[in-house]
Amino acid sequence: MCVAERSTAGFEELALPLFDRLYNFAHWLTHNRDEAEDLVQETFAKALKGFSSFEQGTNFKAWIFRILRNTFLNSRTGLRAATVPLDVQDDDAALPVEKETPETILIDRASERIMQEAIEELPVAYREVLLLCEVEEMSYQEIAATLTIPIGTVMSRLSRARRALRSAVTEKLQRNAS
Amino acid sequence: MTHEPWMAQLDAYLDGELESGAMQELDRHLRECAACAAESLRRLQWKRNVHAAGQRYVADPVLRERVRKSIARGDAHAIWWRWPAFAAVAAVAMVLAGFGIVQYKTRVVRENQIVSELADLHVSTLASATPADVVSTDRHTVKPWFEGKIPFSFDLPELQGSPFELVGGRVSYLEQSPGAELIFRIRKHLVSVFIFQDRAVQAGLPVNEARDARSFHLESWKQGELRYFVIGDTGPEDLRALKGLLAKAK
Repeated sequence: MCVAERSTAGFEELALPLFDRLYNFAHWLTHNRDEAEDLVQETFAKALKGFSSFEQGTNFKAWIFRILRNTFLNSRTGLRAATVPLDVQDDDAALPVEKETPETILIDRASERIMQEAIEELPVAYREVLLLCEVEEMSYQEIAATLTIPIGTVMSRLSRARRALRSAVTEKLQRNAS
Repeated sequence: MTHEPWMAQLDAYLDGELESGAMQELDRHLRECAACAAESLRRLQWKRNVHAAGQRYVADPVLRERVRKSIARGDAHAIWWRWPAFAAVAAVAMVLAGFGIVQYKTRVVRENQIVSELADLHVSTLASATPADVVSTDRHTVKPWFEGKIPFSFDLPELQGSPFELVGGRVSYLEQSPGAELIFRIRKHLVSVFIFQDRAVQAGLPVNEARDARSFHLESWKQGELRYFVIGDTGPEDLRALKGLLAKAK
């Protein structure tokens, strides 16, 4: 088997099991099936092309998710999404602790549809960090590597993303109730 | 006592990102403090809700195949497309694939529903102060308790010498069908074993499967006329070990 064949086989073995996860993440980023499909195809093409530069033994998942995310940010939708400003700076002081109230109990019972709508409406910087943590179950270190940001920023952004999601879900529940 | 310093660490704790010393300290505190334990459970449930809601989009199998082929062509250009009958075969394949996609998507949705329902049942077990209706480590107490309550019987394994401990059991329902939920403990983790009649779920999951469900691991298999599901947040190797014990039970 030649080097190129070995490389392709190795890539397929590492990349294909992540296909569904990459697609789900791509669709969340783009909000559009066609764009998500294009994004995934382009990600696989770029990753295959750059596979020789991937350092064996390092985190392949973070590597290929980073390619997808960078490809998205360079797309028209990605450029538009990235220009939405966040309300606060990532390195702001720690957030106050959230306590259980009747309202928090109510939003814990929010339906999956309301939750999905709320995630969809988050700014992309919050959406991506939340999805990588909660859906992809990446460690803070992996998220930092994927988004090329410091771990401290991952923690503060994640905290804000969770808060923003709760507030969006609350708002939706109140709107539905009135 | 102020709870804030503890609660400020809860997210990192649930994300598995606390240093081991801090993790143990918080573990101890959660065993003693009902308010922090309740808050921890609430955030855990929220994480699971986000996890479930986030798994929203399913790729078209045609796209997967296209990507797979493009990877394969990365080192050797296939020549099969030059075969003269390819166009006809491709047309038929496209039609069949169309039916296949519909069936595939229906199956995926049904599988996800069943897995989600099982994950919900397991979460409610974790959240309950009294997870079992029959509380006993003795299989000769737990098994007879189900007699007359469910429409089948099952065997429980001898656990002596294994890392598992039987906590108890209760009657559970999957898609309106009654079955048994057995609760086992391994180290600090609770694992639920659900047993239902296979006909209650036979159109759903494949016979033997291991998969992740909302950050839980799940193993399922068929044994005679019964379908077993083992679900928990302990490692997949633990679930496989419990599966092995249950499969050999007499």
